[in-house]
Amino acid sequence: MESFAALAQGVMVALQPANLLFAFVGVMLGTAVGVLPGIGPALTVALLLPITFKLDPAGSLIMFAGIYYGGMYGGSTASILLNTPGESSSIVTALEGNKMARAGRGGPALATAAIGSFVAGTIATLGLALIAPTVVDIAISFGPEDYFALMVLAFCTVSAAFGSSVTRGLTSLFIGLTLGLIGIDLQSGQARLSFGIPDLLDGVEVTTLAVALFAIGETLSVAAAGARADEIIEPVKGSVFMNREDWKRSWKPWLRGTVLGFPIGAMPAGGAEIPTFLSYALEKRLCRKPEEFGNGAIEGVAGPEAANNAAAAGVLVPLLTLGLPTSATAAIMLAGFQQYGLNPGPLLFATAPDLVWGLIASLFIANAMLLILNLPLVGIWVRLLAIPRPWLYAGILVFATLGTLGANPSLVELGMLVAFGLLGYVLRRYDYPIAPVVVGLILGPLAEQQLRRALAISVGDPLTLFQSPVALVLLALAALALFGPLLFKLITGHRAPVGADED
Amino acid sequence: MAFRVRPLSRRSTLAALALAAVLPFGAAQAQVGDLRIIAPAAPGGGWDQTARSMQQALQADKLATNVQVMNVPGAGGTIGLAQFVNGSKGDPNALIVGGYVMVGAIITNKSPVDLSQVTPIARLTGEYEAIAVPAASPLKTAADLVAALKADPQKVSWAGGSAGGTDHITAGLIAKAVGVDPTRINYIAFSGGGESLASILGGKVTAGISSLSEYVAQAKAGKLRILAVSSAGRLPEAPEVPTFKESGIDVEIQNWRMVAAAPGITDVQKATLTETIDKMAASKTWQDILAAKGWANTYLSGPAFQAQLAKDIAATQVILKEVGLSQ
Repeated sequence: MESFAALAQGVMVALQPANLLFAFVGVMLGTAVGVLPGIGPALTVALLLPITFKLDPAGSLIMFAGIYYGGMYGGSTASILLNTPGESSSIVTALEGNKMARAGRGGPALATAAIGSFVAGTIATLGLALIAPTVVDIAISFGPEDYFALMVLAFCTVSAAFGSSVTRGLTSLFIGLTLGLIGIDLQSGQARLSFGIPDLLDGVEVTTLAVALFAIGETLSVAAAGARADEIIEPVKGSVFMNREDWKRSWKPWLRGTVLGFPIGAMPAGGAEIPTFLSYALEKRLCRKPEEFGNGAIEGVAGPEAANNAAAAGVLVPLLTLGLPTSATAAIMLAGFQQYGLNPGPLLFATAPDLVWGLIASLFIANAMLLILNLPLVGIWVRLLAIPRPWLYAGILVFATLGTLGANPSLVELGMLVAFGLLGYVLRRYDYPIAPVVVGLILGPLAEQQLRRALAISVGDPLTLFQSPVALVLLALAALALFGPLLFKLITGHRAPVGADED
Repeated sequence: MAFRVRPLSRRSTLAALALAAVLPFGAAQAQVGDLRIIAPAAPGGGWDQTARSMQQALQADKLATNVQVMNVPGAGGTIGLAQFVNGSKGDPNALIVGGYVMVGAIITNKSPVDLSQVTPIARLTGEYEAIAVPAASPLKTAADLVAALKADPQKVSWAGGSAGGTDHITAGLIAKAVGVDPTRINYIAFSGGGESLASILGGKVTAGISSLSEYVAQAKAGKLRILAVSSAGRLPEAPEVPTFKESGIDVEIQNWRMVAAAPGITDVQKATLTETIDKMAASKTWQDILAAKGWANTYLSGPAFQAQLAKDIAATQVILKEVGLSQ
C-alpha cells in the first residue's frame, strides 16, 4: 500500500540519530510538564516555538510530538501516585489509580497505564496513518445536535458510575454544573456569576478545580484525621509489576478505550476528557467485580488511560488532514507548521509528505520510547509513597500549588484553590463523590454551547435535536443507560446483575 | 490572530520567564536598555506571538539590550491591561501588546481601565476579515448572501469567534450597511478556529466569518468559497476575491495588533520608544517575521495611529450597542 511505503519512508526520517535525540528531549520534557498540574504540553510547545525557530523543521516537530505524547504519560503518573491530576484528561485515572497505589498496587496501576497508553497510542497512530481521511469526513459531519446527544449520553452514563448513591452523585454534579456557568457566556458575550471580579470572566480552570478537590481536599482530610487515621500506605504489596490476572483484566479495557478515544478525539468538539468518562462508565458496567470500582479496580485505570492517548492521536486527524486545530496543543502545533512556511490544510499530505509521514512515524517512536523509559521507572516512582505521610502531603500541597499558580499567578487563582480545597474536604467528610464536580465543570459548558448552537441554527425549533440519525442513536443509548437497569428489573423481577454479562 | 486558538488554559508567567531566560540576549550598543513587554494573553495566541516576535526583532538588531515577555492572560486582554495601567505608571521601559479585540472586550466586560489610559505607540500588523461559504452552498457571491440576509436575517447563520469579537462586529456592520437590523443577525459563536471551520465545512451553518488566513487553504482545496474580504483593495493571498465595497457592502475593517507604552511617560520618552519601534518595523528581521507568519504589514505610528485608534473605538462602541451587546 502507498501509505505503508510513505510511512516506512517516514520511519527512516524519524530514526535518524538527531531526530531520535529530539524525540527523547521531547518525551522527557513532556513527561515533566505532564506531571505538573496546570502546565501542559500546549504551553510548553508555545514557549519553545521561538527557540526552535532556527532548528530543522522535522526535528522540532518530532520534538513537539514527543512533548505531546509525553504529557499524557506524565499526567497519569501524578494522578495515580499523588492523586493530583496533571492534565484534565487524567482526572478519571486518579479515581481508581490512586486507590490502587494506596493498596500497594501502584506498580500495576502505573504499568497498565503505560502499556495501555502504548497500545492505544500505537493503534490510534496507525488509524491516523491509514484511515484519517475517512474518519475526518465522519467527524466533520457531526453537527451541534449530535454533540449535544453525545453529551447527554456522557451525563447519563457518568452520573450513574460515580459514588454509592445517585442523589449524592447528582448533588456533586450540580455543584460542577454551577461552577461551569461562571464567566463570559460565549454566545451572548455577557458575564455570568462573576461578581464583578475580572479574573472570573474566563471561568474556572479545570485543572485548578481538579487539583484543589483532589490534592488539597485530600490533604485537609488527612490533616483533620490526624493521629486517628489508621491507614498505612504500603508502597508495594505483592508484585511491583502486573501479574497474570492484571493482564487478563487490562487488555480488553485497553482496546475498548482505544475504540472510544480515537473517533471522539478526531471530532472537532470531542476532546480527550469525554472518552475517559465514557470508558470509565463502560468498564464499570462490564467489570465482573463492579464492587471493586471505587476501591482500586485496574479496569478503571486501563480503559481511561487508553482512551486519552487514543484521543490524543485522534486530535491530529483533523489537524493533518484538514488543517483544523481542535485543541490547544493542536493549535500551537499548527503555529509550528506555519513557522516553517507550511500551511496545514487539505493539501498538506500532498505538499509536504516527508514531513507529515516523518511526524506520524515519530509518534510511534515517541510512544515506544515512553514505554521503555516509564516501565523501569515504575519501581522507583512507587517508592514515593514510602515517604512519611506528613512529608508526602506537604510535598503534594507545595507541588499542587506551584503547578497551578505557576500557570496563572493571581490572587484570585490562589483563593479559588483554597476555597475548592475546602469544598473538597467538606464533600469527603460527608461522603459525596468528588469526580462528578469536575465532570460537571467540563461537560456542562460544552453541552450548553452545543444545545444553544443547535437551537440558534434551527431558529428555535427543538425538533432539530432529534432529526439527525447520529443524535437519535446516541440519545437511544443514553436512554438505555438510564432506564436499562430499571427495565431489566421490571421484566425479570430481579436486580440487574451489573457486569455479569461477558462482552 | 493568524489562527484562532481555543482559549488555552491560562498560563504562565513563571514558566515564560524561566524559558525567556534561556533565550539568547543581544549584546553591546543599544538604544534603549531593558524592555518589558506584557502579552495580555496566554502563550501561543496572536498577541503572545506578536510580543515574542518583537522580542526577537528588537534583540536581533540590538535596538534593546534585554527584552522580556510576560504573559498576563484573561478576559480579552483586559486583565493584562489593568495590571499594566496600574503597575507601570511612568515606566519608560514597559510596553503592552494589544489589538482590536481588546477594544470590544473593554466595552463588553465593562473594564475599569481602557485604552485612553495607555500611551499608544504604533499599529504593527493587521488581518482582514473574510466571509466564506461551503463549496456546495447555493450562495455564489456576496450579493447572494446579502439577498438572503434581507429576505430573513434569522435564516442566515454565521459561524465566527466569541460574541463581541471582531467577527461578530463585522457581521453586525455588514447587516447595518445593507439595511438589516443588526440585532436580528443569527450569529453562532465558537471558541476555536477549528470548531467553527468544521461547522462551515460540514455545512452546518450558512456562512463563516473570520480572518482570511483561516479560509485560504480550504478555498485552494476547493472545500470553501470565499465571497468577500474586508480590506480597502484586493489582497495578494486571494486576488480573485472581491472586497466588501466592490460587492456593494460599505464596510472596511481590520483586526489590528498594536503596541502601547505606559501611562504618564514624558514626551521625550514617548519619542524614544516610537523611534525604536519605527526602526524595528523597518528592520529586515521584522519584515522576515511578517512574511513567515503571513501577517500583513499595516504599520502606522505617531498621531496618524492615535487618530485611527480613536476612530475605531468610537465606531466599535456604536456597533456593539447596535448588535445589543452593550448599553
